Amino acid sequence: MSTWRHEWRRARAIAWKDLTAERRSKAGFNAVVALAVTILVMFGFALGPDAQVIRDAAPGAIWLAVLFAGVLAFNRSYQVELDGSALEQLILYPGGRRSIFAGKLLANFAFVALMLAIVITVGIVLFQVRLPPNWPALLVIVLLGAIGLVTLGTFYAAMASRSRAREVLLPLLLFPMLVPVLLAAVEATKALLGGNLMGDASAWGRLLAAFDVVFLAAAFLAFESVIEV
Amino acid sequence: MSIVSSPSPSMMPAIDATGVARRFGASWVLRGLTLRVEPGEVVGLLGANGSGKSTLLRILATLLRPHAGSARVCGHDVVVAPGRVRESVGYLGHAPGLYDDLTARENLTFAAAMLDRDEHDADRALERVGLLDVGARPVRGFSSGMQRRLAIARLLLVRPRLLLLDEPYSNLDASGVSLMNSLIAEWASAGVAALVVLHEDTPAAGLLDRTVSIENGRIESTRRSRVEPASPMAVRA
Repeated sequence: MSTWRHEWRRARAIAWKDLTAERRSKAGFNAVVALAVTILVMFGFALGPDAQVIRDAAPGAIWLAVLFAGVLAFNRSYQVELDGSALEQLILYPGGRRSIFAGKLLANFAFVALMLAIVITVGIVLFQVRLPPNWPALLVIVLLGAIGLVTLGTFYAAMASRSRAREVLLPLLLFPMLVPVLLAAVEATKALLGGNLMGDASAWGRLLAAFDVVFLAAAFLAFESVIEV
Repeated sequence: MSIVSSPSPSMMPAIDATGVARRFGASWVLRGLTLRVEPGEVVGLLGANGSGKSTLLRILATLLRPHAGSARVCGHDVVVAPGRVRESVGYLGHAPGLYDDLTARENLTFAAAMLDRDEHDADRALERVGLLDVGARPVRGFSSGMQRRLAIARLLLVRPRLLLLDEPYSNLDASGVSLMNSLIAEWASAGVAALVVLHEDTPAAGLLDRTVSIENGRIESTRRSRVEPASPMAVRA
């Protein structure tokens, strides 16, 4: 079997293990979704009864809710390893460290994608958002935004997992790095929901894709030095 | 039938540590420790609490870096080539390193996937440690002894040249101690060396080729338990 296939098998095993553990405990997902929905509801109250104001604020509110809830999810993905010192065993398995990152990335992406589906549905109802005719483009933007968020979240959560102050450290490391991803995602979503079919949305979407490629490449290259002792 | 497996024996020393030192903050735990362990040799590591036994094991397992000195495992430097060292080492730490929400079998299936072994190996390992009947139960409900047995089962999936066992008898009942001893003997007869951290050498009596004592971060004494030096081909009773 080739090295690449070995690494892919390991990555799938880690993703399967994380998702199975999460499915059994449910505590993490329930808490994350509850936080995201609460943030959306609070935004709804804060913005008042003006339907147009609420609609304009919807993209920002949805992405911010996903960001804050995502931090909980990323922290939790390594907490599973820290309980019972499983991280040591994970590091001791032979093979490339990148398969660990790929596995965590896959699991976190599945987790965040499911959370996004719920948050967007709640957001559409709560903020009275009308889906644009080109909703597949919106789906692409959401996926690109999720990839950027999950890539950086998974990477910095690994870095923070070495610290006792990881719950505080992760947002401090992650939020500044996520600014370009969130800005592009919010602007692209706003443009699409506002009926801008090809102009701003396309430009922001390309920028988002470029950020994703850069962050994915950098995270895969740097992960070994983050996870090693 | 033995399910213990290992790569072909090597003539390189299993452990060749020279002047290894490690501190935590300002406190030096290891102060220039030198130790050599040959293939197939079973060495007991004794010492008081905080004497640096576990720290030495973690350095040899590549979980910690030494601050001075050098350590080679099966010819590979633990700092320069940690990946090659990990291919040679089976490590059993204090904590079981298991996932509570997975079943015993799922924990081993995961380990098998990470070690490029198949699911049948996981089942055979479960059977060997006497946990096949409870393989479908989540680890969360296991006693400490059962978790220890499961960690030993995971060790059976590794193809080690060197075993690093940190208090392997803790939480084990009499049959567990006997199981651990028979596994170490099987590995040793296949040329696998073992460095076993112990508080007392009684559980491993008759198994150890020699015991070394750590004091103040250095090897203070070595006591040979067997007259004949260990040989990779020697078959233990």
